[in-house]
Amino acid sequence: MRFGVLVFPGTWSDRDCYHVLDKVLGQKVEYVWHKETDLSGFDCVILPGGFSYGDYLRPGAIARFSPIMTEVAKFAAAGKLVIGICNGFQILCESGLLPGVLMQNNHLQYRCQWVYLRVENNSLPFTSRTEESQVLYIPVSHYEGSYYADAETLKELEANKQIAFRYCNSLGEIVEEANPNGSIDNIAGIVNKAGNVLGMMPHPERACEGIVGGLDGNVIFESIIGEVTTRAMGCVKLD
Amino acid sequence: MYLAKIHVTLKPTVNDPQGLTVKGGLHTLGFNGVHSVRVGKYIEVRLDEKDGKKAKEQVREMCRQLLANPVIEDFRFELEQIKG
Repeated sequence: MRFGVLVFPGTWSDRDCYHVLDKVLGQKVEYVWHKETDLSGFDCVILPGGFSYGDYLRPGAIARFSPIMTEVAKFAAAGKLVIGICNGFQILCESGLLPGVLMQNNHLQYRCQWVYLRVENNSLPFTSRTEESQVLYIPVSHYEGSYYADAETLKELEANKQIAFRYCNSLGEIVEEANPNGSIDNIAGIVNKAGNVLGMMPHPERACEGIVGGLDGNVIFESIIGEVTTRAMGCVKLD
Repeated sequence: MYLAKIHVTLKPTVNDPQGLTVKGGLHTLGFNGVHSVRVGKYIEVRLDEKDGKKAKEQVREMCRQLLANPVIEDFRFELEQIKG
């Protein structure tokens, strides 16, 4: 399968994503500059972390007007897999591909730390290789990662099982002390209604090799690879 | 030419940690009467447009499409005619 890693001016985690997909997981991967207008041939597109356009105005607010974003919207509408990590999540929210918004952390500090995440829905293309309620150990690195959505949107997210990950403690308990940024309901990652667009603040690409301190990020990429391979073989997934 | 003075503010229901921190700073300075602080953005846009009505429409669209995020922010603006 082929991954596309989008690069905006100010993106910084593109190389981490590329490295993991290429060297750790042995996948075909290409950088895609934000001025490109073609995503044909890709099975999954990643919007990596960073500070696109210097986070000016609001994180992701300017990047959403890059030419490639029109293609990302079409790509998503066609049911293909899109994953936005950190700044990528912010861009997906700003462009309306995901509901809600990422606000300043409630303590007004930049947080770069390892956190625990509980998988809230393991039947997504991004989590199919995880166990039910599995706890993943993956780092966050952000200043504006406090997820917010109004009560009605939250109800909808809950009803449609769109919440992918929640911040938890090492035992998998959803507690306030485990919340690194003040996200509403400890939300760390969500998907769109169709389930093919994921946004998450933690960085799975920074937890794929023992030398960096953890391996739990792999399961997310392995889920994606498994899903795309299954689709390519024309198999129907049975629950 | 028109000058738009645009204020982007957080919706009243949205928590504002920055405002709370500024409030704490003001209390430290001795301004104990400060009841609440909300931090927003101020943006000036100079616009090449002769028609005031059209200028107003354009600024409103700018706010809707980019300058404010409708999920968490409100906006208001004043428009004044200036010499180009």
